[in-house]
Amino acid sequence: MTTVERNQSGTDHQPEERESVIVRFAGDSGDGMQLAGGRFADATAMAGNDLATLPNFPAEIRAPADTLGGVSSFQIHFASRDIATPGDSPNILVAMNPAALRANIGDLEKGAAILVNEDAFTKRALMKAGYETSPLDDGSLDGFQVTRVSMTEMVTRAAEDVEGATTRDIQKSRNIFALGLVSWMYDRPAEVTQKWIEGKFAKSPVLRDLNLAALRAGYAYGETAELVGTQITVPAANDVPPGLYRNVNGTQTLVMGLLAASIRSGMNLVLAAYPITPATDILHELSRRGGHGVRTIQAEDEIAAVGMALGASYGGALGVTSTSGPGMDLKAETIGLAVMLELPLVVIDVQRSGPSTGMPTKQEQSDLMMALYGRHGEAPLPVVAASTPGQAFEAAIEACRIAVEYRTPVILLSDNFIANSTEPWLVPSAADIPAIDQNLTTEIPADGDFLPYARDERLVRPIAIPGTPGLQHRIGGLEKEEGTGNISYDGPNHERMSQIRAGKIAGIDVPDVEVDADEGAEVLILGWGSSAGAIRAGVRRVRQRGIPVARTHLHHLNPLPANLGEVLRSYKQVLLPEMNAGQLSKVLRAEYLVDIKSHTNLQGRPLRAAEIETAILEVLGA
Amino acid sequence: MTTAELTKADFQSDQETRWCPGCGDYAILSAVQGLLPELGVAPENTVFISGIGCAGRFTYYVDTYGMHSIHGRAPAVATGLVAARDDLSVWVVSGDGDALSIGGNHLIHSLRRNVPMKLLICNNRIYGLTKGQISPTSERGKVTKSTPEGSVEAPLDPISLALGSGATFVARTVDRDKAHMTEVLRAAAHHPGMAVVEILQNCPVFNDEHHIHVTDKAQAAINRIELVHGQPVRFGAEGERGVVALPGGGLAFGDAADAIIHDATAADPTLAFAINGLGDPMTGPVALGIFRNVQAPIWAEGVTARLKASRVGLGDADIDALLHEGNTWTVA
Ligand SMILES: Cc1ncc(C[n+]2csc(CCOP(=O)(O)OP(=O)(O)O)c2C)c(N)n1
Ligand code: SF4
Ligand SMILES: [Mg+2]
Repeated sequence: MTTVERNQSGTDHQPEERESVIVRFAGDSGDGMQLAGGRFADATAMAGNDLATLPNFPAEIRAPADTLGGVSSFQIHFASRDIATPGDSPNILVAMNPAALRANIGDLEKGAAILVNEDAFTKRALMKAGYETSPLDDGSLDGFQVTRVSMTEMVTRAAEDVEGATTRDIQKSRNIFALGLVSWMYDRPAEVTQKWIEGKFAKSPVLRDLNLAALRAGYAYGETAELVGTQITVPAANDVPPGLYRNVNGTQTLVMGLLAASIRSGMNLVLAAYPITPATDILHELSRRGGHGVRTIQAEDEIAAVGMALGASYGGALGVTSTSGPGMDLKAETIGLAVMLELPLVVIDVQRSGPSTGMPTKQEQSDLMMALYGRHGEAPLPVVAASTPGQAFEAAIEACRIAVEYRTPVILLSDNFIANSTEPWLVPSAADIPAIDQNLTTEIPADGDFLPYARDERLVRPIAIPGTPGLQHRIGGLEKEEGTGNISYDGPNHERMSQIRAGKIAGIDVPDVEVDADEGAEVLILGWGSSAGAIRAGVRRVRQRGIPVARTHLHHLNPLPANLGEVLRSYKQVLLPEMNAGQLSKVLRAEYLVDIKSHTNLQGRPLRAAEIETAILEVLGA
Repeated sequence: MTTAELTKADFQSDQETRWCPGCGDYAILSAVQGLLPELGVAPENTVFISGIGCAGRFTYYVDTYGMHSIHGRAPAVATGLVAARDDLSVWVVSGDGDALSIGGNHLIHSLRRNVPMKLLICNNRIYGLTKGQISPTSERGKVTKSTPEGSVEAPLDPISLALGSGATFVARTVDRDKAHMTEVLRAAAHHPGMAVVEILQNCPVFNDEHHIHVTDKAQAAINRIELVHGQPVRFGAEGERGVVALPGGGLAFGDAADAIIHDATAADPTLAFAINGLGDPMTGPVALGIFRNVQAPIWAEGVTARLKASRVGLGDADIDALLHEGNTWTVA
């Protein structure tokens, strides 16, 4: 078998050391950019860098080739220090066709590098991308460091030794060539990718050899062709906590969290869902886990899905349903039923840009108000929000814990960015996961009847599941008499029951917020959900200017941490950046009467460090 | 108490029934409560799930486990319950609006899946609880408060819909014939897959005697086509008429002597569909009995056992194994 060797001697150039680099791979949706980016990220993770990635797909599965609508990209930010975001502006753009160049050039700063597949810049492709003249020749790329590589020609040549490779296969290996070249440019270890190719194409020696040849050719091209410039290296990160790491996206961690909660609680996991971007992968991931006591159901619609999850909960399982905005709209009535029944239910909303179908593959965190208030009647429920791909693990466990122990539906907010982007994750240990106690009633009470709507000191009701002898009872969406659960239309009873349901949720034990504060800080930056990374990076930039800042992040949106009001009031200014029109800021203003400044963004992309920095400086008048 | 000693009283809850006097739902409830003891399933292993409507109140009156859910969604809730627990006997009670209008999607999908549940449609051809609007089974021309000039819509037939959805057990009975109702419900209860039973139900307040053509003794004698598996499909005051096969295909009413033999177990539901299509459901003749009773793979069969088996010994080591999957690296 052929191997790719990194040529450390042979050449006389020394790689130039950098602290961090941002690479963006962009091409047609059929060009395999997500794959190239994902492999690059894996190799980078194995090289010990901290990293964050941002995939960006078109909504269409196969938009017409070479059009702007079909451009798919993958950005990775990696560094020799702790980083928080996939980065604002790429240092290098790999553009596999004119449309990819045109769609992404606006994000580059002058001086950035651009690597293009020259062979793809045909008249026709230029026209389809909306270029009248070739940007490679008309001077419009002046100020950028442009490298033109005949990738199609290079892979065709590399494939000469591979017997049986079709033209189509060869074309499809261009992404691996680009990956090889960029891997050389940034001194990434080739072994990781090589191993992956060998595993992936184990059953097809032709494709295996072809892709290995393409990878090698890309590497070799970098080494030999002077045009590529110097090799850049980013040493392993040295300021991340020690331990075992793994590169994960927020879908994987969320699913692991559900599984861990199910195993920890001893409850079977039933997930019912209707496919919808970007939540579908939760269904996919869990469907592979039958061996862990998991059952998944692809329901006929989102209403059925949440109904099924509730039915499973009623049977004593951990009922979960996952969806995105349009599906949340449909589930509202059943979530209200779960509030009324007081049964556990976990509803995962992987937010995307709305309203209506909106921009299905783009980022937003605009379902907060719906999660908090989107039901008729007085129907409070706990809302937990994940903040990073890694943190989605804890968020999922926390949502399950609250749902099971407090007998309530819980809405777990994730979003497109958390679901799809990756970061190195300090792998937790099972022993650190909190216990979850289902605490079912199994015995006929000695002192008489089983009262399904009696309360303990936390206002939690007892649950007896079907199959428990002697404890048969009926529950339903009609208002219940306190204690017995019998139908009651008595006004004062309804008011009391409403207060009990609200009081139970308000009393859930959520941890206080911790504030990362500099001495003398006058401004507090408060965030929630996936804005965490950008806020952390933005705050770091302001601190580098010598300005003291305080920062805190909410994972519990209902109930809010008990110390939040006090924290908010202890700063002169509070800035709240969020990817919506200011939803949390409205909630907190109403709750605490604090004059919170809102920074909002509805551009369908994650917040950027630079815009947070600017917003903080503006608030400070600096 | 062993299940052999169960009586009707064991299935009666202490809640006062609140239907209007003379409502057909009383008879249905009584028939079901009368049947349950003989099924040999303990009350704690029986679950009733209902939607919203007058019929939906059923759940509160049966002393088993039960959930009065929301309008139209009971089949979905029941499906989820079965997904986690196939050790329970699950019944769904629905109205014509609940099952066929707002819940139509869940009905057809639970039928095609063959989810093991018994689903009763109390068909009074009207919206009872909301005080008398047309339902999807109301006849064309029906005058109600929402259709003062008469309904301009064609009715939906639950039997045809069920057959078209791939149902494995389909039957029709009527609230005023307790023996027939009990017999049909018994067969439904013993069906291992999903059983759907349409029960023509009187609503004395908003659609009184809509089924008089099959409940009035004299009219029923002419109008009831009795479906009995293995028997000729005959009807008429003297049993003189029959459902006959036409030479060119299809069915028609004809002579008793030429009547076809009813085969509820036929793999092909075409004849069952054709029988249901004969006559006029609103005025008769109309077929009653079991249209179809076939075996097919049952959704989630054995799932409880499989889940249990896969769970044996599952613990922290499995969580750790899960967490360590894929490429990992160590930072010192
Ligand atoms: C989502 C929703 N929409 C409307 C209603 C009001 N509603 C209650 S019962 C019902 C119709 C009931 O008709 P049917 O299912 O035939 O039952 P019946 O009362 O006749 O037994 C309607 C429209 C509701 N409860 N929920
Ligand atoms: S309205 Fe009709 S269906 Fe409803 S309880 Fe009264 S009689 Fe029965
Ligand atoms: Mg009705």
